[in-house]
Amino acid sequence: MKKNRTPLSLRVPEPVCRPGDKPDFSSIDVGQAGAVARPDVTATPASMRDMAFQLIRVLDDEGRAQGPWDPKLTPDQLRKGLTDMILVRTFDDRMHRAHRQGKTSFYMKCTGEEAIACAQGQVFSREDMGFPTYRQQGLLISRGYPLAAMMNQIYSNAADPIKGRQLPIMYSDKAYGFFTISGNLGTQYPQAVGWAMASAYKGDDKIAAAWIGDGATAEGDFHNALTFAAVYRAPVVLNIVNNQWAISSFMGIAGGLETTFASKAIGYGLPSLRVDGNDFLAVWAATEWAAERARSNLGATVIELFTYRAAQHSTSDDPSRYRPGDEYDHWPLGDPIQRLKQHLIALGEWDEERHAAAEKDAVEQVRAAGKEAEAIGTIGQSRPSVKTMFEDVYKEPDWRLIRQRQEVGV
Amino acid sequence: MPSMNMIQALNSALDAKMAEDPNVLSFGEDAGYFGGVFRVTDQLQQKYGLTRSFDAPIAEGGIAAAGIGMAVYGLRPVIEMQFADYIYPAYDQIVSEAAKIRYRSGGEFTVPITIRSPYGGGIFGGQTHSQSPESLFTHIAGLKVVIPSNPYDAKGLLIASIEDDDPVVFFEPKRLYNGPFDGWHDRPVSPWAGHPLADVPEGRYAEPLGKARLMREGADVTLLAYGTMVWVSLAAAEHAGVDAEVIDLRTLVPLDIDAIVESVKKTGRCVIVHEAPRTSGFGAELSALVQEHCFHHLEAPIERVTGWDTPYPHAFEWEYFPGPKRVAEAIKRAMEG
Repeated sequence: MKKNRTPLSLRVPEPVCRPGDKPDFSSIDVGQAGAVARPDVTATPASMRDMAFQLIRVLDDEGRAQGPWDPKLTPDQLRKGLTDMILVRTFDDRMHRAHRQGKTSFYMKCTGEEAIACAQGQVFSREDMGFPTYRQQGLLISRGYPLAAMMNQIYSNAADPIKGRQLPIMYSDKAYGFFTISGNLGTQYPQAVGWAMASAYKGDDKIAAAWIGDGATAEGDFHNALTFAAVYRAPVVLNIVNNQWAISSFMGIAGGLETTFASKAIGYGLPSLRVDGNDFLAVWAATEWAAERARSNLGATVIELFTYRAAQHSTSDDPSRYRPGDEYDHWPLGDPIQRLKQHLIALGEWDEERHAAAEKDAVEQVRAAGKEAEAIGTIGQSRPSVKTMFEDVYKEPDWRLIRQRQEVGV
Repeated sequence: MPSMNMIQALNSALDAKMAEDPNVLSFGEDAGYFGGVFRVTDQLQQKYGLTRSFDAPIAEGGIAAAGIGMAVYGLRPVIEMQFADYIYPAYDQIVSEAAKIRYRSGGEFTVPITIRSPYGGGIFGGQTHSQSPESLFTHIAGLKVVIPSNPYDAKGLLIASIEDDDPVVFFEPKRLYNGPFDGWHDRPVSPWAGHPLADVPEGRYAEPLGKARLMREGADVTLLAYGTMVWVSLAAAEHAGVDAEVIDLRTLVPLDIDAIVESVKKTGRCVIVHEAPRTSGFGAELSALVQEHCFHHLEAPIERVTGWDTPYPHAFEWEYFPGPKRVAEAIKRAMEG
């Protein structure tokens, strides 16, 4: 053994910028809108590996739709996308304030990531099953889910659809294709594959979709999901929302410095797309491609949605302790609402007055829902009957639950 | 009526359910074409086709998760964990997901999955092919835990588990697959053939979850056991020459508390037997329940005969495994107490 080698040293990845530093995203190559080719939906995974290292973008800096990935949406579809995103952001801001006012114990915003769930909520049907994380509230809102029902869940009040059993924002609604959210990150990913396998097993026409964050791709569940999806050619769309931060850990702690998250799919033989997650049109087009592939019995696609978590992780988090406070202002892919607004204005289908009216309308909708939910009660003021604590553990309670309920005296 | 060993009875249960319900399917490591390392799923793929009984990647967490997703869709998957010792990578999916999905979704999403797993010791399997992890699952709200001790119950309980609308962890004592092992490891082994509980009807029948089976009626002491320890307890009663009542719990969750209480109130003495380590084992729960329900009827301290608080040892299997001698000694202590 040679003795003159440099001693080994342990590398622990660090982000480029910490609090007090000037934000620097110069290492990110965002490419050009319209520059990435669009393979046929039937393309082999091997023939499209380079897609995992490029960034599908449609909207250019002037708000024009460019290139083969333009989904050619109607002005009505575009306006719905924009107003949905405005409504999500308005709802988030209101519920964040509600936490500050002591009306709920917890909240999580998706600020900066609205395009993802608002576009995908339209591409997938509500008969498909979505296995979301806690940052896809846009799926529900874009499908017209009652805002008051979301607030009732957030307030754990007597009208909470899931009976006060889950942390705020852990929604569940089968009719809206929205699987019950788990706080254990990543578990939903291989479950979505199983659901998709069942749909294929039954000869059904429904597909599954799952979401996971960049951080949780390190979980075994992520890798189990990709293995099973590839082996059984499951009709599922596997989304990775890379918002750069997992609470305080930058994406490099999940392996994001070594390769793109999209490229993880290559080793499993799955097709992969890497998309500007702040570009409503690009998200829509890539999702449509993957959904069409799944519906054609060609199996799963992995989509990395490249974005930035503009807000804190949750109301329990303070990002100024681990990243520059103004980092989002320097994010090279801008803000999804501003970009779609600019596009609609460039098309002559929108203007500042209509935008202001849409914002006002969103505030009104959220205010009305808030009034309805708060009339039932905010956290602690109202809650489901205590006897429901013992329900739904099993289909039928066994003697333990019956006696324990008697012990509580309800 | 055909005589079946436990493997054949379990296979017959799967066959019966797959024949009548297209939503029942089976998968696991080596469980497809080959029929499983213990042959429980033998010929199911050949009979029902590739998509009804198939091989899975060596990823227990993935197997559990895929099964959960299928169950959420509306199927009734029966998944095989090749050995109970391999179940831990699936623990999060079983405990945090399968068990909790009905509750956390307000009853909207349900998980009618059956998680089968060969289990327990007595086969010289060493640390990683001998464990009895039942108490890791009985502790979890939302799971049912079933452990049969004979071919007739194995079939009836597996069918009931598949038909149950909640997740069931179904442990198969592999030492009992081929015969009613009584724990006398140095004596000739008896096969199931000819045993009354090996008379297994063809077709569908279900044994209810939550009902114990009285294996031996007796007046002097109650022996509570499940799985292989049922046969060890019967042998120990004979060895001790005591008129013991032996109860096969069959399902730990839900537990047949009435059968336990009725028997202990009658005998006034109780010996609990299981293979798993003693500390926090299911025997601790049984002991607490007997004390809570039967304190004034007890004439002696409750005895526990269990595996030791060590990992499962290969060379010392018969010192670790609660055999008839150890159980008989506990019976004697209970009688003297």
